[in-house]
Amino acid sequence: MNWFTKTFSSTIGRKLIMSITGLFLCSFLVVHLVGNLTLFYQDGGDAFNTYSHFMANNPVIRTMEIVLVLGFLFHIYDAIVLTRRNKAARPVGYAENHPQENSNWSSRNMGLLGTIILIFLLVHLWNFFVPARFGELEGVPNKEYLNLYSEVAYAFKNPIYVALYVISMVALAFHLIHGFQSAFQSLGLTHRKYTPFIKTFGVAFSVLISLGFAIIPLYFFFFVNM
Amino acid sequence: MDLTLKIWRQKDKNSAGQLVTYPLKNISPDMSFLEMLDVLNEELLVAGQEPVAFDHDCREGICGMCSLFINGRAHGPERGTTTCQLHMRHFNHGDTITIEPWRAAAFPVHKDLIVDRSAFDRIQQAGGYVSVNTGGVPDANEIAIPKTIADKAFDAATCIGCGACVAACKNASAMLFVSAKVSQLAMLPQGKVEAKTRVENMVAQMDVEGFGACSNIGACAAECPVGISLDNIAMMNREYLGAKATSDNV
Repeated sequence: MNWFTKTFSSTIGRKLIMSITGLFLCSFLVVHLVGNLTLFYQDGGDAFNTYSHFMANNPVIRTMEIVLVLGFLFHIYDAIVLTRRNKAARPVGYAENHPQENSNWSSRNMGLLGTIILIFLLVHLWNFFVPARFGELEGVPNKEYLNLYSEVAYAFKNPIYVALYVISMVALAFHLIHGFQSAFQSLGLTHRKYTPFIKTFGVAFSVLISLGFAIIPLYFFFFVNM
Repeated sequence: MDLTLKIWRQKDKNSAGQLVTYPLKNISPDMSFLEMLDVLNEELLVAGQEPVAFDHDCREGICGMCSLFINGRAHGPERGTTTCQLHMRHFNHGDTITIEPWRAAAFPVHKDLIVDRSAFDRIQQAGGYVSVNTGGVPDANEIAIPKTIADKAFDAATCIGCGACVAACKNASAMLFVSAKVSQLAMLPQGKVEAKTRVENMVAQMDVEGFGACSNIGACAAECPVGISLDNIAMMNREYLGAKATSDNV
């Protein structure tokens, strides 16, 4: 192995990948949420459909889509490699162990939370990304775009989907509460002036982003579809 | 006080072990935890049984030899305390106390509660030192070191290498130990000379030994008997990534 592969296959190198891809995926969440907020326009889905048409056709977005997929793949791949290594580091466990005395539940269960988010992601892509991207949607009369809005409204008539989406966003919140500040620690970006801010901001960011996403299925289920 | 002890007994490295229950009566609350085990061992000897093997040396919290995972916590329930400085007054009459060895692939159990911590020695040997070539003794204050830096380096240097960080970490990661050793020297002018090679070699050795990665959960720092801070891990990450990007080692 040369120095480059040695670096990125070391434990610290893999954590570097985890933190950079994690923060990149955080930035994606912001963009995604801002776009989704067009669902709240009271215009029968016009604003949202224009937005989704733009996202499906703009060449810059389409290129970033590849980067985004790579971000997810690296994040998931390194998570699996690290988890396997970490499990192997303690083949025999303790008969009695009280980790709650020294650490948070979410920090110890990032893999479980991540798996819930991954399952959600696959369902979510199947719900909206696949029909939007591969054209199983009906066109809107006199408009150049397809009607993804009605797909959203239809999906969130189903209480199982609503529950799955909301629970997944709770998992996302806990994943980010640990992950956001943890990424800065992994990058070595700590400072007595800025770290307290990063930690507070991370919690606020995690809660607000997840809340923003979770409101959408609830809004459709309880208000739009009533 | 009367206690029930559940202690991990294992004949040697290759044998399977198990928890064995021992009742123990008339323990004084003034005893240290290790003195309580001494009492148990005397009773076992009188009864013609094999005494429980456990590591200990200075019994004043500075050597790092004592270990023990007590009731699900490294060095027992008290924070900032080694097992030898833990006293029986923190337990109650009638308690059941579970005593296990550190659990990590890199710390194989030698016998009963004794684990082999030479993985730490090999990490130290990979770079946890400053090379001093022969010559005259330099003047004590020849190299100016700011007080804040000296204090931080000293805080890192208080690591006694007991391995509680590895024992407490869900990943059995040695990051807190290695980072204390790395940053202690990286902050000081004498250590900066070899800083890049040091961090590269020590992290490489840490990975070879089979310790887990850091999940930044903070259990290590919470259970560390001498209060080594997570800041050291951040510093080591910085040092390592900087070294990998800029050192001459290809």
